[in-house]
Amino acid sequence: MIKSTGILVFVTLLTLLVVACGSNEPGSLVVLTNDSFDIGEEVIAQFEEDNNATVTIQKSGDSGEVLNRAILEKGNPSGDLLYGIDNTFLSKALREDIFIKYESPRMEDVPSQFVLDDTFHVSPVDYGYVNINYDIAYLEEHGLTPPETLEELTGEDWKGRLVVQNPATSSPGLAFLIATVSYFGEDDDYDYLDFWADLKENDLAVKDGWSDAYYTDFSQYGGDQPLVLSYATSPAAELYFSEGAYTTPPTGNMLVDKATFLQIEGIGILKGTQNEKLAQKFIDFVLDTPFQEDIPGRMFVYPVNSKAVAPDFFKYAEVPTLPADIDADTIDANRDEWIDSWTKVVLR
Amino acid sequence: MTVGRILLIVPLTYLAIFFIYPLSSIFARSLGDESNFGFEPFGILLNDPYYLGRIWFTIWQAVVSTLLTLTIGLPVAFLFARYEFPGKTLLKAISSLPFVMPTIVVAMGFTALFGSQGLVNSALMSMFGLDDPPVRITNTLTIIFMAHAFYNYAIIVRIVSALWSNLDPNLEGSAKMLGAGSVRTFYHVTLPLLLPAIVSASLLSFAFSFTSFGVVLVLGGPEYSTLEVSIYELTAKLFRLPLAGALAIIQLGFTYFFLLLYSKFQEQSVAKIDLKPRESTSRCPTRWREKVFVIATILLLLTLLSPLVALVVRWITLDGGFATNQMANLFSDDRGSYFHLSPITIIWNSLRFALITVAISLIIGTIISYSITNVSRRWRNLADALVMLPLGVSAVTLGFGYIIALGRPPIDLRGSWLILVIAHSLVAYPFVIRSLLPVLKGMNSNLREAAAVLGANPTRVFLLVELPLIAPALLVGATFAFAVSMGEFGASLILVRVEFTTMPVAIFRFLGLPGAANLSMALGMSCLLMVVVSLGFIAIERFRYKGIGGF
Repeated sequence: MIKSTGILVFVTLLTLLVVACGSNEPGSLVVLTNDSFDIGEEVIAQFEEDNNATVTIQKSGDSGEVLNRAILEKGNPSGDLLYGIDNTFLSKALREDIFIKYESPRMEDVPSQFVLDDTFHVSPVDYGYVNINYDIAYLEEHGLTPPETLEELTGEDWKGRLVVQNPATSSPGLAFLIATVSYFGEDDDYDYLDFWADLKENDLAVKDGWSDAYYTDFSQYGGDQPLVLSYATSPAAELYFSEGAYTTPPTGNMLVDKATFLQIEGIGILKGTQNEKLAQKFIDFVLDTPFQEDIPGRMFVYPVNSKAVAPDFFKYAEVPTLPADIDADTIDANRDEWIDSWTKVVLR
Repeated sequence: MTVGRILLIVPLTYLAIFFIYPLSSIFARSLGDESNFGFEPFGILLNDPYYLGRIWFTIWQAVVSTLLTLTIGLPVAFLFARYEFPGKTLLKAISSLPFVMPTIVVAMGFTALFGSQGLVNSALMSMFGLDDPPVRITNTLTIIFMAHAFYNYAIIVRIVSALWSNLDPNLEGSAKMLGAGSVRTFYHVTLPLLLPAIVSASLLSFAFSFTSFGVVLVLGGPEYSTLEVSIYELTAKLFRLPLAGALAIIQLGFTYFFLLLYSKFQEQSVAKIDLKPRESTSRCPTRWREKVFVIATILLLLTLLSPLVALVVRWITLDGGFATNQMANLFSDDRGSYFHLSPITIIWNSLRFALITVAISLIIGTIISYSITNVSRRWRNLADALVMLPLGVSAVTLGFGYIIALGRPPIDLRGSWLILVIAHSLVAYPFVIRSLLPVLKGMNSNLREAAAVLGANPTRVFLLVELPLIAPALLVGATFAFAVSMGEFGASLILVRVEFTTMPVAIFRFLGLPGAANLSMALGMSCLLMVVVSLGFIAIERFRYKGIGGF
């Protein structure tokens, strides 16, 4: 009995394997993306209807993981497009040569500061700012005023009160590390590593991912730290998702000039796709207003298309006046070294 | 015997395709330069005090965690094996829940209890009029040990109590009659008989702590990285494949070494005994000492489960809402997201993947276990350790191996749900083997021979004599295979197509955005997960009483 069951299952498995092959038929588009991606069902349905196509969106980890997967799959991609390459990993993606060039006519609506890649292998889609959020109620209860400079964070007031993410594993973590490099410099008397060493002295908490830090360490959700590394749009999201419990956001943004990080996310067509034409249409569609206007309420980032109108609650999503000024090539050339040095100072 | 050999082809082919091939592909890609096969990364690692420190930390934290797990698990195993009390089935089902819960959810439970604004601290502060929270264990080693014990004690309880409940209590009775005290009876009679199961369960618990990932990351923070965490960082984030590959091989080597040690030890500790039906071994507590033990152990269990209770409380009391409201939120979809799936579909996804995982694991595990008991002594330990190896492989290494090796025709698994059940079954079938082997080895061969002499053919001997004896162990294996699959989400995250969304993946997705509504959905889904898994455990338990597991 056992014997026949075993063989039956085995044969079934093999059959299924063969059936599972070949998902890349024309007319069907696979978009690889990261965990934080979201969009309205009806938006995608519109594209499918207009182009008589089917779209499958597949998440494979965070932005770094998705990119590394695409590099491993080079030439034999499991998707047609990759959405979610940001300016911290852009140069690596270009160097690995995994994308096909495409300049969408819709790029004319995108202001030049958001053009990620002037070779047009990656087209920008959305952007956001990484900065520290604070828990307003906690600060009031403890008689604290929100910190206004990064240097303040190393003082007694903020001892044991900040949680950040590990730049080796988290994209906001990496963005903030880069912002501190840009802000403090690498060779100054007091450089970025001195700052991190002082933060560590001041009982800095480090988590590997955004969700862990936000939902287990941030005091807003019962944790110990009233300061958390997050996004400039998080307070607006807090208000939106409180479903009427608040009238103003319960958290605030700590916006320090030259110490917030502008993160631009883009999309590219993967080399080896069988659907290049349809993939190009998808990029046009992503940059067009219906998709762009759906972005803020889904992913809590800003659309790059200047014609897209943001929803009302987004007025609480502040835009930092002066983000850190550092280009993608410099980031790419130094990223690993910064992460290593950071790890030595903060974790070892 | 030849039938056994032919049968063995099934698990071996499975392991060759889905374990050895992807693993060797990623190792070849990581370490095999065009010019030379690089041993260089090993040199770099073994000369770097940081990585040596990680190796040492990984080992000792696993040892401490396992000891703590045993200390908690054994009394509970005894409770379930020997005593009957009202609500036992339910309590037993709930007691295995921690094993299934996603780490971030458990972390939220711990925070709700032990955080500076948590229940414990608030209570202590108001009771003693303190200004500062007295208990500070978040982001410390203590909480890692606690969490490992919390996760793994169910392994000890299930595997040890399965054997304990089949031990003849008369053996202990005779020892006492001959004048041995309770303590001496335990050390000289019960413990030696239970040793195979205890060691088996400890091994699994050790393996899980040794390759611990989520617990360490979410509760401890990156200062306490294990090897698994370092491999993950090097592979998925920093993309330094040579170092990652070398580290993964080192981890695998250590795992194999521990497994080998264990199977050598196991070899010496097996005693042939007559197993008794469980109905005749457990009873209601009568003497006051027994009653105190039963009550105290139940209290211990409830304390252990308190982080889960805290989650339910948190969900219900979130922002002053009421449970019905929160439940309605969970089932409504006014946001129209592409990734929205009704909770019913999500539950069904989790359940069907789990059932397929159980089927695959039982088949593979049973065939391998029988083969191992039949091979010659010389090869037995090596083979035993070898088939357990999937427990020592870093999930991310195997995942990237799949992308390289199983991403081209004839086998392109990258878009298929099969990759999920295959990944789950690789973690699950070792549980079947570990719960089955102690019983198979301890089984008195007289029974089998007697049946054969009386004219039963091998199939009849298996169905009528052996199956009833091994059924409890098979059910333990099935319970864990079910639990592994229901709770796993590392592999699931490699492949998140909306139609394959499982419960842990949905929880993770809700926690990706800030805001109370998202937390409410995540907590609600976690509570649903607890309910579904408890019902699953109870169903498996019932199965035992209805049919084959009646022994």
